[in-house]
Order: sequence, then structure tokens, then C-alpha cells
Amino acid sequence: MRKSVFLVLALASYAASAIAAEPIKIGMTEPLTGDIAASGTYVADGAKVAVSVINREGGVLGRKIQLILEDNKSNPKEAVATAEKLLSGDKVPVLLGAWGSTLTLAIMPRLLDYKVPMIVETASSGKITTSGNPYIFRISPPSSLEAKAFADKILNSFDPPIKKASMLVVNNDWGRGAADEFTKVLKSKGIEIGTVETMTGDATDISAQLAKIKQAGGDTVFVTTGIEQLTLVLKQAQEQRLPQRFVSTGGATAPDQLIDQAGSAADGSYHIVFFTPWFPEEAPHTDLAKAFIAEWKKQGYNPAGLTDGYRGYDGILTAVAAIKKAGKAEPAAIRDALWQIEVKGINGDIKFNKVGPSGSESGQSTPNIFIVQIKGGKVIKP
Amino acid sequence: MDALLQHLLNAVILGGTYALLGIGLTLIFGVMKVANFTHGELYTFGAYMAYFFVGQLGLNFFVGLILAIAVGVLLGALIEFVLLKPLQGAHMDTTMLVMIGAWIAMQNGELLTWGGVAKSVPHPFQKTPFVFGEVSVAPLRVFVLVVALAAIAAFYFVLNRTKFGVAVRATFQDPEASALMGVKISQMCTVTFAIGSGLAATAGALLAPVFVVVPVMGDLVTLKAFAVVILGGLGNITGATLGGFALALAEEFGAGYISSGYRDAIGFVLIILVLMLKPQGLFAPRERTG
Repeated sequence: MRKSVFLVLALASYAASAIAAEPIKIGMTEPLTGDIAASGTYVADGAKVAVSVINREGGVLGRKIQLILEDNKSNPKEAVATAEKLLSGDKVPVLLGAWGSTLTLAIMPRLLDYKVPMIVETASSGKITTSGNPYIFRISPPSSLEAKAFADKILNSFDPPIKKASMLVVNNDWGRGAADEFTKVLKSKGIEIGTVETMTGDATDISAQLAKIKQAGGDTVFVTTGIEQLTLVLKQAQEQRLPQRFVSTGGATAPDQLIDQAGSAADGSYHIVFFTPWFPEEAPHTDLAKAFIAEWKKQGYNPAGLTDGYRGYDGILTAVAAIKKAGKAEPAAIRDALWQIEVKGINGDIKFNKVGPSGSESGQSTPNIFIVQIKGGKVIKP
Repeated sequence: MDALLQHLLNAVILGGTYALLGIGLTLIFGVMKVANFTHGELYTFGAYMAYFFVGQLGLNFFVGLILAIAVGVLLGALIEFVLLKPLQGAHMDTTMLVMIGAWIAMQNGELLTWGGVAKSVPHPFQKTPFVFGEVSVAPLRVFVLVVALAAIAAFYFVLNRTKFGVAVRATFQDPEASALMGVKISQMCTVTFAIGSGLAATAGALLAPVFVVVPVMGDLVTLKAFAVVILGGLGNITGATLGGFALALAEEFGAGYISSGYRDAIGFVLIILVLMLKPQGLFAPRERTG
């Protein structure tokens, strides 16, 4: 009798310790292949760096973090399938992803079904936080915030000043959203808009659009698309001798990769970024930025990916802070905790404000934006 | 007017590679009655081989391109030998499904080997474009057009001036009769598929330094090649050549003067119109009746 009680106790304590040791899952869906694979891969790398650092320091709530990463193939149908797998199969208490606005919008109805919060690390379409999905917590700037910050802080630094601008954007929620917001803000500053051109995400020949933009005149072209297509845009603009300066928006342009792949065609172009690994002293929390850069390089990831990688890093920091605050790895508790946390991230301070229709607000933090220029094959502060 | 000329120039340059792709696909269809869904992957393979020889091994650019095309031809022969030979006489749907499977397998193979991040191929041409008034074009693009046109011309020469060409045309018209006349159909199929694949690989290798190399680059190309072939009429080689230029013109002017958002849709709208109004293809000779 006595012996069996002891055995039961031993078994129970063993089971309890097994539960305690079981890692906390964080689900992540990113485009690791397809049209926007480069950025998606870098963001996933950033998340892996964060997880390894947190686990090395003992994890959270005495448990390790397990990152379950799925490839959404830059395709909204696949994005839904990966979310479904993570939510119903792996039963993750919190999601991270999905890079693209179209990909994220496709997943959002699933969050309502499973009542699991999602941290949006890159997507910038306004619709994500204004459609009344109370499970969305976005740490990346929506196009409207980006455009406004650009107009307030950066616009006047251009010399010669911008007088007339055209837009060249990828034909999806991200690109069209950015074109709308930037057009609106630039017009309000008295800048004339030449033409707004779109291109499908997998288009490789952009010559027709560029010929039209050249014809429209003006001094500046705002481009919103992934690194792969931006590389093609810059190369083909050089071929067609477009006189305008190029400014890329969206912060997903990895200037180092552009220097490598577009060569002299990238020279003179400006890029809005949300992290400046070339000048970590510009980051709001310099020590954090330096530590991240060191860890990224130590783990052997491509240095060109740092401008995207920080998103994954900040995303994981946010999720882990919420889990810690919640005291348990349950979706409802994590969601409540997300409203309360203040996280020091690479981009700056992450704190969620309520946006969208009242009663079902989404969370939106206020990220920092920076601008850099490629000059002489180097990234400089303009 | 300047924009018009620039659009026209862009279209001609793009059309050369579309024609190259269309000819390869229509040749294979004409001789073998196979809808070759791996066409875009052979294009991708040609591009990756150019990257491998020029970018990774650091060979001379022109040597690298020739090697890339040669490996493309070999891969085409291999696909025919391994996948299509055993299916000879099988229903067209069966071969179509096998080719779709091969397409997916090849794309994932490329992904596994080179990863999802885009690669660029260095080239020796100067970056500053040639300028004619307000119109400009990169030297590399001129090179691409010249090689594409040369490949098309060489192909026409083989088809019209050699014994092999006669055999191909005979098989086109009537495989059984040409077999009776001593054409080795089985051998003919391997060579045809290899040449068709070689043309796709040529287009891929040529465009690799113009664009960037990614595993999914072939998807749209497969669709475009089918568009070219349907525009020109299935199995019609001259039709595919003209169809290539017609599609490029339609896309370029559609994007320039209608809406760039619909650029890639324009080609497919054209297909629907052609299928509805002239299903034998835009450039099909008048049917002989009676």
C-alpha cells in the first residue's frame, strides 16, 4: 500500500515535471519560398535568433520556447493552410506572421475561429488593423503611419526637393495601400503626382511601366515591392535611363542585397527602413541593436538580412513578454497580456494602442522609420 | 511618340525570347503531341545553369551560356528518355499529368539546391545603355535579342534545309506514314524534346543576367509559352514565332496605354478571344476543304 502511494506520487511528480519541461510553442508562418522568399527567410532567421537567445537564458516561465515555422510560399491559399495547421494541429497559443498583407488578411478570419492572437511583424496594409479583428497585434507600421512619418521627418531633407512624384507598386494589398497613402500625404504637402503604375508580384519585365513613368516626368519615383522585384525595377530603370530618384517604401528592401544584385543600378536610390544595422547608434536602444547584430553574425546568417531579420526578433520578444505577463501559455491570457506589455525592441518601444471599430479593436504599436541611401556601393545616412 | 518608340523597342526585345519559348513548346507538341508543362522549368534550369557556370564557377560569360544551353539539351533528352519513352502510346492526359508532376518535382529540386533567395548572374556588358534620341536600350538586351534571333534562324535552317528537318516536318504531318518511310520515330522524339528543351534553356540562360534567378521564375513562363503557342496555333512553328512578338506587343502596349495592372492578364484575354474567334490560331494557314 505504502509503496504504491509512493509510486503514484513519484509518477505524478514525474508527469508534472514533464509538463513543466514541455516547451511553449510559438507558431510562425512566413514566405520562405516564392516571390518574396528573401525577406520572409530573413524574418524567420530573426525569430530563430531571438528564440535561441531566450532559451539560452532559461526560457520563459521555466520552459523553453519552441518555434514552429511554416512556409506559406508567398501564396494566400498556402498561408491559410499553414495557419490552419499551426492552430488546429500544433495548437499554438500565439501566432507570428505572415509577412505579406494579402497573406495576413487571408489568415485573419481563422484567428476569430480559433481565438488565438497573432503578432503581425511586416504587413502594412491599413485593412489589417481597421477591419475589426481583435486578435491582431501589429508591430510594423501601416502604410498610413509610414507615409505620415515620411512626410513629417524625411520629406524636407531631399535636395533638390520633391516636386512631382510617381508611384510604382506591386499589385496587391500592400502595394496599392502604400500607393494610396503616399499619394494622399504627398498631395497634402503640395506635391504633384505623375502616374501610379502597378506590377504583378511575379512580373520580371517592368519596362512598359518604367517607360510610362519616364514619360510622366517628375523628379522622384516611390516603389513598393519585395527585394527581388525592386532589383529588377532598378536594373531596368537604369537601362531606360529614368532621370528620377528612386525611393523604396515598406522597409523590406535589404539595401545590402540590392548593392550585391543590382550593382550600379542601385546607386543613388533611397530606402525607407525600420532598422539601420549600419548605424546601430541610431537605434532607440543601441545596446539591444548591437547585441542582436552580434548574435545574428555569430549564428552565421546573411548580414544583408538584418533589416528584415529584426522584425522576427522583435516579434518573438513581444510574444515572449506577453507569455511572461500572462503567466501561462494560453491564447486568451496572452491576448489580454499583449494589451498591457511594454517591450524594448530593436525598432523601438512596442506598446499596443487600440485602432479600428470600437468593441473589436486591433492592437497597433508606433514604430520608428529611418531613411538610408545607397551611394558608391555603400549604405549611407543621406 | 518617344514613349511609343520605347514601348515598341521593349516589345521587340521581349518578343524574341517569347518566340524562342513558343517555338520549343510548339515543336514538342507538334511532333510528340505532348503538352510540355516542364517547359518553364527548363527555362529556369537554363537560368540556374548560367548562374552555376558564370556566377558560382566563375567561367567566362559566353562559355558559361553555351554550357548552360548544352546541359539544358541533355536534361531535355533525359526527361524524354526516362519519363516519356515508357509512356509512348499512352493517353495525352496521362503524359500531361506526368509532365505536371515533373514540373513540381523540378521546381522543388531547384529550391532544394539553390534555396528560395534570388541569385543574380554577372555579365561583361557595360551598364550604360545605348541611346537613340529619347529611346534607350541596354547592351545586354541587344545581345539577348541577337542571340534569340540567331537561335530562331538556326532552328529554321535545320527545319527547312536538312534531312533531319524534313523528317521532323514529315512526323508533324503524319507520324505513321513517316515511320513507314524510314523515320525512326522513337529517336526523333528524343531529339525533338531535347531541341525544344534546349530552346527553353537558351531563353532562361539569356534572361538570367537580365532578371534575377528564382525557383518560381518558370511558372509564368510556362503560361506565357502556352499563350504564345495558342496564339500561333498548336504545332505551328511560324505561328509561334509571330505569336511571341504579338504577345509581347500586346502586353507592352496594353501596359503602356491601358493599365499596367492588367499587363499579364492581357495575354490571356487574347487567348480567350483567339480560342473563341479563330481556334486554329491567328497565323494558321486557311484550311483546305473539299
